[in-house]
Amino acid sequence: MASLKDLRNRIASVKATQKITKAMQMVAAAKLRRAQSAAEAARPYAERMERVLANLGESLKNSPEAPLLLSGTGSDKRHLFVVATAERGLCGGFNGSIVRLARLKAEKLLAEGKEVQFLTIGKKGAELLRRNYGGLIRERIEFPANKAPSFASADEIAKKVLELYQAGEFDVATLFYSQFRSVISQIPTAQQIVPAEIPASDEAVAVAGGAIYEYEPSEEEILEELLPKNVAIQIFKGLLENAASEQGARMSAMDSATRNAGEMIKKLTLNYNRTRQAQITKELIEIISGAEAL
Amino acid sequence: MDSFPFELVSPEKLLISEEVQHVVVPGVEGEFGVLAHHAPFMSVLKPGVVKVYKTEGGEPQKLFVRGGFADVNPKGLTILADDAIPLEQLDVSHIDDLIKDAQEDVAEATSDEAALKAQLRLSHLLQVKAVEG
Repeated sequence: MASLKDLRNRIASVKATQKITKAMQMVAAAKLRRAQSAAEAARPYAERMERVLANLGESLKNSPEAPLLLSGTGSDKRHLFVVATAERGLCGGFNGSIVRLARLKAEKLLAEGKEVQFLTIGKKGAELLRRNYGGLIRERIEFPANKAPSFASADEIAKKVLELYQAGEFDVATLFYSQFRSVISQIPTAQQIVPAEIPASDEAVAVAGGAIYEYEPSEEEILEELLPKNVAIQIFKGLLENAASEQGARMSAMDSATRNAGEMIKKLTLNYNRTRQAQITKELIEIISGAEAL
Repeated sequence: MDSFPFELVSPEKLLISEEVQHVVVPGVEGEFGVLAHHAPFMSVLKPGVVKVYKTEGGEPQKLFVRGGFADVNPKGLTILADDAIPLEQLDVSHIDDLIKDAQEDVAEATSDEAALKAQLRLSHLLQVKAVEG
């Protein structure tokens, strides 16, 4: 049985750990609020963009002049997986579940004889993917851990993706991120970003009221400007969702860690008290039997 | 004069959403004014200044945009700006940075088309600087 001193030390160390996890939970809660409001602030732009795209895309989808980003390369042999994860761990299954989804899809495609390359955003994803697909990681992008994702950084990633596309390095790009539902539920999601998926346009038609749009410059040129921007917006949206999910996951992970530590302290304290009592009883017996012997 | 709903959104947030009388928008093929009941119209923006008139004849609210899109439909005007900064908060050095970027783009352009585009952008920026700087 552990000595009293050992037990005392263990209780102190678990208490210190509990303090840390408690603090991390509270920090995550504060950051989550900020990340959520950032995600909300970005929503209007993405919505308007979708509407405009739906408007344009519908009229140009089948035209031979449609840009490459909309029509695709006509093949789906080579895939690029853009896997967005966190810079840090200690957030439950957050990084793991995104990577698991990416790995699952990658295995399926590889089994079909297709090629897969990775572009990782965030340190953790790269670390997890390196084990199985070290040679397939084209590029790793990392951010300073404490900064909220900005549009400028999303734009840079989009530029890299588009450069690779223009160079003919891949046919289809898929973005992996975690959608934020609530603190206890984040859904790993795969979204195709290249070629662009045009949203259904029922609403768009209704907005235009059947009137004929005028374009300046031509529809094709506008679309050519719009599509790369759309890629950046989708990545930005993914990064924001990811930021909120990460904090949510960390919050619930730290919450249960704090609770576990509490339980552990309770058990150790009980054990400590029992041991102490046993020792006292033992000493008493020694004294009494010593007195009787006299 | 009739007013109409106007929205100015950047990727990071919704900047303006209100009823206005008149908006002057810097389109790539020239500035254009939007009043209520404008025909459906879509345009790419050049770097320039958006002027928003909330009341007739009042002082306009001016914002610098780096580019983006304007969408006029029967429900109003929506500007998707790359980056919108109220003019009073705009630093000349910010425009200078953009001008420098554009100059680099011109120098590094690999195709005639890209060079032309970059050159156009540069001239728009210089224009903004000349007028507002």
